[in-house]
Amino acid sequence: MLVLNLLFRNLWRNKGRSLLTLLGLVVAILAFGLLSTVVGAWYAGAEGASNARLITRNAISLVFPLPLSHADRIRQVDGVSEISWANWFGGIYKEPRNFFPQFAIKAESYLALYPEYLLSDGERQAFLKDRRGAVIGRKIAQTHGLEVGDMMTLKGTVYPGNWEFQVRGIYDGRQSSTDTAQMFFHWEYLNEEAKRRALPRATNTTGVFIVQIGEPARAAEISLAIDALFRNSAYETLSETEKAFQLGFVAMTEAIVFAIQVVSYVVILIILAVMANTMAMTSRERTSEYATLKALGFSPRFVAGLITGESLLLAVIGGVTGALLTFPAAAAFVGSIGTLFPVFEVSRDTTLAQIGLAVLVGLIAAAVPAVRSARIRIVEGLRAV
Amino acid sequence: MIELRHVSKSYRRGDQRVPVLQDLSLKVRSGEFLALMGPSGSGKSTLLNLIAGIDRPDTGEIIIDGRDITRLTESELASWRSTNVGFIFQFYNLIPVLTAFENVALPLQLISLSEADRKVRVTRALEMVGLLDRMDHTPGELSGGQQQRVAIARALITDPQLIVADEPTGDLDRQSAQDILSMMSRLNRDMGKTILMVTHDPKAAEHAKATVHLEKGQLERDAEHSA
Repeated sequence: MLVLNLLFRNLWRNKGRSLLTLLGLVVAILAFGLLSTVVGAWYAGAEGASNARLITRNAISLVFPLPLSHADRIRQVDGVSEISWANWFGGIYKEPRNFFPQFAIKAESYLALYPEYLLSDGERQAFLKDRRGAVIGRKIAQTHGLEVGDMMTLKGTVYPGNWEFQVRGIYDGRQSSTDTAQMFFHWEYLNEEAKRRALPRATNTTGVFIVQIGEPARAAEISLAIDALFRNSAYETLSETEKAFQLGFVAMTEAIVFAIQVVSYVVILIILAVMANTMAMTSRERTSEYATLKALGFSPRFVAGLITGESLLLAVIGGVTGALLTFPAAAAFVGSIGTLFPVFEVSRDTTLAQIGLAVLVGLIAAAVPAVRSARIRIVEGLRAV
Repeated sequence: MIELRHVSKSYRRGDQRVPVLQDLSLKVRSGEFLALMGPSGSGKSTLLNLIAGIDRPDTGEIIIDGRDITRLTESELASWRSTNVGFIFQFYNLIPVLTAFENVALPLQLISLSEADRKVRVTRALEMVGLLDRMDHTPGELSGGQQQRVAIARALITDPQLIVADEPTGDLDRQSAQDILSMMSRLNRDMGKTILMVTHDPKAAEHAKATVHLEKGQLERDAEHSA
């Protein structure tokens, strides 16, 4: 008990220095947590993606559409159990900063392929019956205060003009990692309106086909079979699992993700240097006390333990505080960026990494001062001022 | 009984070795109160440190109660110090964040003792030095003389036979110094503690039963002392 008292009181001996170091630690651990959560959010789409669904797109680029006639041929491929399609709309809701993805979908089959989007039967039926109807995710509804029955106007970018929809349903995610920041409406509505408005985009086309397969283990084989159907045609395809498709998007911004990861670890390195400096100053100031303890019969290991314990205590207080503050900070952050990250949650792994890194910082920062103080000769230590 | 046989000690200063003690032999009987005097650099503190087991000689033997402490490992020596030696330093060397009670109790962490026994021992030691009413005060809240009395209580808490004091009154006013020296005399007289005290002050040395003078690392007079 006395030793613990000594540890705690030593920690607050130089209050200013300890508080500043603690503040630095809290900020560093908090920053690490937020940056890790951003990286996690980047990969969230891929994490929530399925290996039992294939995405078939134009082999040249995702920008180019595929003719709808491909659907019947794909359906014939052995191993394919269901097919649907979706088209990126790219509209603006009120202002560009309110970004969320919108897709024109083949509604019935698409909703069947995505059971993770939870929609009540009543809302599903209402959506299916209304050609101008739309389904939005819970996050969009909450962010923009939308309710079932509300009208929404999107300003098209890919498809120019104003596009009106009525919210017929609000879906929830089956898991916390399910993206609830998307909007879906009928592909038929887009196709007919595009014809009616004589838009320059080709009609009877889609951006991607979503292909359900019975056996995920056969994904590669089935993908090859689909692409073989359209080889040397005007619309060659590229098929891959939904997960690989999503990871492809992440790969486009991999340099940014890598930079964020590097910065998150640099922050930890900086606080490590600050902590090491604090512990070095602390142990140097107490050289004579450590020498006294050794003279009284305490072992070098005890002295090293005092320094390491103090450093660990500081690190754990800072680490746990930083980790706890990450939750409200992440909530505030996601509130300010809207639906840019559909899934933005502080994961258990992030929290564990924060506390683990704090402990590691505490241990490393204490290593040199602890060894030096443990080794100091008593007579030299007693002379230290 | 403390016996030093042909003890030499030197320190390295740059490339040179500076001899501090040269072939020194000395016997101190149990229950002695011996003052070590001499000019600065004469080696008296080094001699005290060697006997207290916080420094090691280059050559020679230091036999205390039949045990050559120069042959002990670092951990054996630390364990030996914890039960056999009490330290009184010039600047008290108390832990500033601990109360008087906790400072005195500190050496008891190395001994297996119940919490109740620990409390009794510390209370008794503080009572002996007249500081029971200040047990909850930290060193910063005590005068120099009071701090040195806490240090004496700490030196006594494990009931060691040997007390080493390096200039114990060097930082105190005359009255406080007198109180500390009287207390040390009582420890020697009433409790039979062997006390070795380094001092510059001839008046302080008068409290000792015998005095040894060191000059350039060697004893100036007979090395045999008896109580």
